Amino acid sequence: MTAVPLQPPRRLVSFTLDGEETRVPEGSTILDACRSAGKDIPTLCQGDTLTPKNACRVCVVEVEGSRTLAPACSRRAEPDMTVVTDSERARHSRKVVLELLASSTDLSTTPRAEEWIKEYEAQPQRFGADAARVDEQPKIDNELYVRDYDKCILCYKCVDACGEQWQNTFAIAVSGRGFDARISTEHDAALPDSACVFCGNCIEVCPTGALSFSTEFGMRAAGTWDEPAQTRTTTVCAYCGVGCNVTLHVQDNEIVKVTSPHDNPVTHGNLCIKGRFGFQHVQNRD
Amino acid sequence: MDLKYTGAAPSDAERDAVDALLGPPPSGWEGAGERTAEDLRWAKGGASAAKDRRDQLLPALHAVNDRVGWISEGALDYICRRLTVAPAEAYGVATFYAMFSVRPRPAKVLHVCTDLACAARGSASVCADLTERLGPPGTPAEGAVWQESPCLGLCERAPAALLLRAGPDGAHPSQDAPRLSAVVAPAAAEDLLATVRTPEAGPPEPPAASAVPQAGDPGLVLLRRIGTVDPASLDDYRSTGGYAALRRAFSLGPAGVIREVLDAGLVGRGGAAFPTGRKWQATAQQADGPHYLVCNADESEPGTFKDRVLMEGDPYALVEAMTIAGYAIGAHQGYIYLRGEYPRAHERLGHALASARTRGLLGPDVLGQGYAFDIEIRRGAGAYICGEETAIFNSIEGQRGEPRSKPPFPVEKGLFGKPTAVNNVETLVNVLPVLEHGAAAYAATGTRTSTGTKLFCVSGQVTRPGIYELPFGASLRELLGLAGPPERLRAVLLGGAAGGFVRPDELDVPLTFEGTRAAGTTLGSGVVLVLDDSVELPRVLLRIAEFFRDESCGQCVPCRVGTVRQEEALHRIVDRTGAGAAEDIALMREVGQAMRDASICGLGQTAWNAVESAIDRLGVYK
Repeated sequence: MTAVPLQPPRRLVSFTLDGEETRVPEGSTILDACRSAGKDIPTLCQGDTLTPKNACRVCVVEVEGSRTLAPACSRRAEPDMTVVTDSERARHSRKVVLELLASSTDLSTTPRAEEWIKEYEAQPQRFGADAARVDEQPKIDNELYVRDYDKCILCYKCVDACGEQWQNTFAIAVSGRGFDARISTEHDAALPDSACVFCGNCIEVCPTGALSFSTEFGMRAAGTWDEPAQTRTTTVCAYCGVGCNVTLHVQDNEIVKVTSPHDNPVTHGNLCIKGRFGFQHVQNRD
Repeated sequence: MDLKYTGAAPSDAERDAVDALLGPPPSGWEGAGERTAEDLRWAKGGASAAKDRRDQLLPALHAVNDRVGWISEGALDYICRRLTVAPAEAYGVATFYAMFSVRPRPAKVLHVCTDLACAARGSASVCADLTERLGPPGTPAEGAVWQESPCLGLCERAPAALLLRAGPDGAHPSQDAPRLSAVVAPAAAEDLLATVRTPEAGPPEPPAASAVPQAGDPGLVLLRRIGTVDPASLDDYRSTGGYAALRRAFSLGPAGVIREVLDAGLVGRGGAAFPTGRKWQATAQQADGPHYLVCNADESEPGTFKDRVLMEGDPYALVEAMTIAGYAIGAHQGYIYLRGEYPRAHERLGHALASARTRGLLGPDVLGQGYAFDIEIRRGAGAYICGEETAIFNSIEGQRGEPRSKPPFPVEKGLFGKPTAVNNVETLVNVLPVLEHGAAAYAATGTRTSTGTKLFCVSGQVTRPGIYELPFGASLRELLGLAGPPERLRAVLLGGAAGGFVRPDELDVPLTFEGTRAAGTTLGSGVVLVLDDSVELPRVLLRIAEFFRDESCGQCVPCRVGTVRQEEALHRIVDRTGAGAAEDIALMREVGQAMRDASICGLGQTAWNAVESAIDRLGVYK
């Protein structure tokens, strides 16, 4: 039986979304309204378990009367507002944002990036071969996970998950400024020397694969990572009495990574080091 | 809070610098040596009290930087313990600001301005000379290091340089202490070297009035005291009409003050031209409290130096105006967020605040009227973005100076999440004539929608650069007439890096908010940068693009990467014209449109303005 958390009844707000009268519960974002109306707006920095940071700007929509475009992920629906999600202007900004990201970072493991680049006819290569890139080498400083900041789009999700939105460990933050801004520990210390507790909740929310299990990173490097061939089994972590849900990703009868369901009303996708990384004993066969 | 610190130990000097600001640490939990058995037995809730002092993070970083010249691991860890801040977060804050270094560097740092106004008056050759004698920027030599800097707000004396020296009295500059900062402007490599060697030996900086060619003109309103009264003397200020406006404010009551400001039609002078009275009214009406007043003195738009001249030449005017504003919006605490590159304004304002306090013009009972108000100066540390009205809150609160998304607007949730009015220095100072002479008299000057007078920062190739005060509605031609235009005018940049160019045949544009808007440009913060035909415009554009690339906070993609792509394209076409430049111009148009539409804040939204206007109005690459 799945527990369905009940919420107090909310007033409905009615507004116009792409020419159609739409009613959504008060407090909903434009993105919520789009999704319940079956519209597909690209998002990167938005996370279902986090407060929107609206840093990536790929979800921008046109709100009538507003000088600039509005991020659908965080702008709340207001009564009588008129929103157009697919205008020329909004599509243009999305296209350019995708081009800017794809020309400066490696989006090869970002789900749906390729599809959106095609859909918006983005041409990241038009900035030329000399266009500045983030240019980072993978940071491999522990046995559990790898930070490949060449793939980082600075969405702030890992920082928020590590900080006050979930873990309250504050091991990482954004350092530097502008194009040189990076996610970093203090003085760029290696993770084992930092405050990191290896809960892996940053990996859970990373939208681009910049943070990944060492197993996944190694298998991708070796060319053996085969996502379609993997099974996912959600079970209960056996380590303690909390009973968090763990989803085991299994390829060739080996656990290759562990995630946790985001819709779990207790843990919201978060685990501790034991649930996230303590799976080797299951597959010790001798 | 259970935070993991790095365990690096501060030096005695670093510890002293932080303790001088924060007081001695109350327990071993907050860095007072080893934790004792006593510490382990008692929990005093001290951590949460320390957490409430997060806003001391930036002052603490300044304290260490002022004393030692850079921020070591030990110093950062000690600050973190004192304030219960996670080391990673504090590192993120320290690396956000250009004036801090987390790597060892000499105590003396020479900032050489290479921005628009200085570039137009030969900063490139100064830098070339310095490179020859001291090595390339960033190389320590002779106990100092020099670096290129964005606009230092010394444009009337371009090319300018500022030497900042860390030392034992860095945190508390006083009259007797050796000079810890030295302005060299106009700068020649020879003078710079002498200043680097003996900072205290250089000639004193000329008074603020030297930046006001009109000084002493009886028609001046905002600048009338500059050069005629002693900026350090409260008596002088009062004997020239000072504090009459505050008395009138008390007789009108807060609602009356707001009505007067509304009727006067005063709008913000920081660039956005929002009606000041409406901002105050909206803040005053908020039920949530306390209310805060923030004076935006982070004047960093290239070519802008009016606020510096006001603060250096007439500091009490700002103190009085802030007291009035605080009274109107129901605030008891005001902050002046002052840019870090303005040591003299800092000193003058600090003195003005202290003497106003002793005379009961600030404090628990202002003028015996039962109204409590005080003002604190918070120093910026080299970040243009912190002049954005929400980034300023994050900076004061000890976070990275990244803009917040709006809504909610500052009048609802501003500083510390409370209703806040943010006003520019010049805007605030305008409140004095509004109250002294009444709204009607104020509104009689200027045009119907741009009332009062405006300060213009004229720099570049003119005979008499400086701050000019003219009633709104004067034409650009009249202004240039006062400043002495060059023989062969090529272009005028209005509004700074975020503004737009106008051509020599457009000099009749009226200098009003509506007039410049109708002409497709902007008044912005009042920058009037005059360029003659000896200037290579593509290089000017490149400098503007570099500025935005350097100053982007990095939060949103359109600005973080867009400003880089814009600069790259301008580099490619710096020597090209016509068809050779067309492709890159088209590319910049697309990127520029996305920056304008999709960036979080005004920095990204305006980063393409000046380049666009140079292409379209001046035909730079034709």
